[in-house]
Amino acid sequence: MEFSFTDEQQMIRDTAEGFLAEVSTSEAVRAGMATELGYDPQLWQRVCSEMFWQAIHIPEEYGGMGLGYVELVAMLEQMGRHLFCSPFYSTVCLGVNALLIAGSETQKSEYLPRIVEGKTATLAYTGAKGRWDAAGVELACTETGSGYALNGICRYVPDGHSADLLVVAARAPGSEGEEGISLFILPADADGVSRVWLPTMDQTRKQAEIRFDQVQVALEQRLGGAGDAWPQLATIIDLATVAIASDQVGGAQQALDSTVEYLKERVQFGRTIASYQAVKHKCADMMLKVEAARSGLYYAACIADEALSESPLGAELPEAASLAKAYCSDAYFFNAGCGIQLHGGVGFTEEYDIQLYFKRAKSTETFLGDGTYHRERIARLVLDGEAAA
Amino acid sequence: MKLSFSAADEHFREEIAGWLRDNLCGEFEAIRGRGGPGDEHMYVEERKAWETRLAEGGWTCIGWPEAYGGRGASVEQQVIFNEEYARAGGPGRMGHIGETLTGPTLIAFGTDEQKKRYLPGILAGKELWCQGYSEPSAGSDLANVKTKAHFDEASRQWKISGQKVWTSLAHESEYCFVIARTDPGSVGHKGLGFFLVAVEQPGVEVRPIQQMTGTSEFNEVFFDEAVCSADDIVGAPGDGWKVAMGLLGFERGVSTLGQQMLFQNELNEVIRVARENGAHSDPAIRQRIADAHIGLRIMRFNSMRMLSGGGDDGSLQKEAMIYKLYWSSWHRNLGKLAMDVLGPESEILDGGPYELNRLQSMYLFTRADTIYGGTNQIQRNIIAERALGMPREPRG
Repeated sequence: MEFSFTDEQQMIRDTAEGFLAEVSTSEAVRAGMATELGYDPQLWQRVCSEMFWQAIHIPEEYGGMGLGYVELVAMLEQMGRHLFCSPFYSTVCLGVNALLIAGSETQKSEYLPRIVEGKTATLAYTGAKGRWDAAGVELACTETGSGYALNGICRYVPDGHSADLLVVAARAPGSEGEEGISLFILPADADGVSRVWLPTMDQTRKQAEIRFDQVQVALEQRLGGAGDAWPQLATIIDLATVAIASDQVGGAQQALDSTVEYLKERVQFGRTIASYQAVKHKCADMMLKVEAARSGLYYAACIADEALSESPLGAELPEAASLAKAYCSDAYFFNAGCGIQLHGGVGFTEEYDIQLYFKRAKSTETFLGDGTYHRERIARLVLDGEAAA
Repeated sequence: MKLSFSAADEHFREEIAGWLRDNLCGEFEAIRGRGGPGDEHMYVEERKAWETRLAEGGWTCIGWPEAYGGRGASVEQQVIFNEEYARAGGPGRMGHIGETLTGPTLIAFGTDEQKKRYLPGILAGKELWCQGYSEPSAGSDLANVKTKAHFDEASRQWKISGQKVWTSLAHESEYCFVIARTDPGSVGHKGLGFFLVAVEQPGVEVRPIQQMTGTSEFNEVFFDEAVCSADDIVGAPGDGWKVAMGLLGFERGVSTLGQQMLFQNELNEVIRVARENGAHSDPAIRQRIADAHIGLRIMRFNSMRMLSGGGDDGSLQKEAMIYKLYWSSWHRNLGKLAMDVLGPESEILDGGPYELNRLQSMYLFTRADTIYGGTNQIQRNIIAERALGMPREPRG
């Protein structure tokens, strides 16, 4: 049984951990999150040129490293642990995945090398109603003869205000649900696109609203089929869901570790508060949550690999993504919430980092659907015998 | 990182699955799926016969080294055996304590004489064992055993007196392994011995414990000058704790996937009932069933991580340390979910005076899961102290 990291995967994880411990310190996170951009552009350039992380799972023929989703997940886990402020998630886990799943050979050859060179990207599919399923696609696309015109609003778009490339989902007039959905790729500075940064409670993950006013896109900017791109978008969303769950596992781990570290130093009634059983048991529950979350995540990572290589096991992706997201969301929130409580008064201060994890736990929980949403998807599979929508 | 077993292991899977198909039928049809937790008192004679059939097929003690009659099966193969056994509806094993606890202990710590005398009976499925650890005052605090053993020079025998409790299958077993105090003034884990004691003798009395389930899988065992020979102590007097702890270490998670197969069967039954009685359209029930499904899947992947070995630092496996707390809590929640899915029908028994159906029995038995084998509270202490390095509890 080889359900553990290979030596190479372990090395990738350790390298990421080492680099992030150096560059994503508490001070660096706080500096990055205080800006509208949300990250240090010089650091991002360094990541792209020295670490080459943006290319991790881009196939070699497009200039990438050609590694798999397990390696990506291992890296994301460390980014979540260190609250790494960067456009990595939006570019790699949304933009690259969208191109890999829905892009034609020509489109992949055109856009993936640009991302390898350091261009950023994101996916905009959710409208103002804030739904994460097919009904969440509200942007309208109307055929113009030479292509399409996009009109409407996308909201809650990760790094939507700063990304260089946008992949957007839009629907044909009058369509609903999974019908009529198409995907497009366009430069963020296209005519008619206006982008508004949305200040967020969790400042480590930036969001934007993007407005489309008669935005003209050509036929060759359409990724995948005309009006029948939902299955591809669903896969892109599931892959993105596995990726955000990785961030959550890393964050849940750090919430536990930083809390235990504090408990071992804080003295009350003449002994460290780590020696109190009420406190120890809460920490044991936190460890159970994060280890179980990690077990579920690694399963989802393996399935994501299978899905990207189009092997039969990849059919489990919707279940695997929901399983991981439901459990990891709740585990992160539990650990970060317990973390604040166990820190006592200082847990409520701005100074200690546990509050940053608490906020990120909630923002990642909400993003792409919370535990309740994903359990309902699982319920449809096991109770109604339906394929997850 | 891979999810799959090797081709050789899958071949092994086909072999055991085929054997079970060919043998778990006919006279044994009636005991399929019987004799598990909550049902251990049923079909005892048939299940004893089944142990013999397993032995004839070479399917007892497969993890033992070939030199002692086993197959030297790898951990993966043992996992597969247990999984296929559960999948086929293999009845609750009468011989599991001898196979998984006594045998490995004797192989590791026993004398050649002890191995020759006791291993063949276990291997043949003919001699059954029970476990004499817990006592009324030694539950979570296992080292607090009061049962005494003294060596009688005149008869050249050990004489054992005291009381053990929660001894399952004691009334069906030929032998019991017992930890008892060999040094009268000792306390805690020092001064203990590990003994191999015949159950059928005047000094041993087995009394069934009436449980909240209305059944009696567990027993109290009273020892009043019970005897075993000078050769029936494993290790030296005073080494009993080391031997006993070594024995606990033999459970390397090989039964986990088999156990999960039984859990899956129970969850399937809950789902079947929910679809039948309409509970599956209740949003709250849907959430809880999905949560149970997710929890059980994660249990499997957690086991696979355990079996793949190596924690982050190659030694401590955190996923192994959470396992008992995780599965017992999951199972207890499933019990409650089952009753809530059944609704008012959950109160109605199969028959009088107290004939529980399968889900009712499961529901009540899950309240034991979070107690035996280290309570959830003890598990949390262990996790906090050994995995998180928090200060140890004071000990009296």
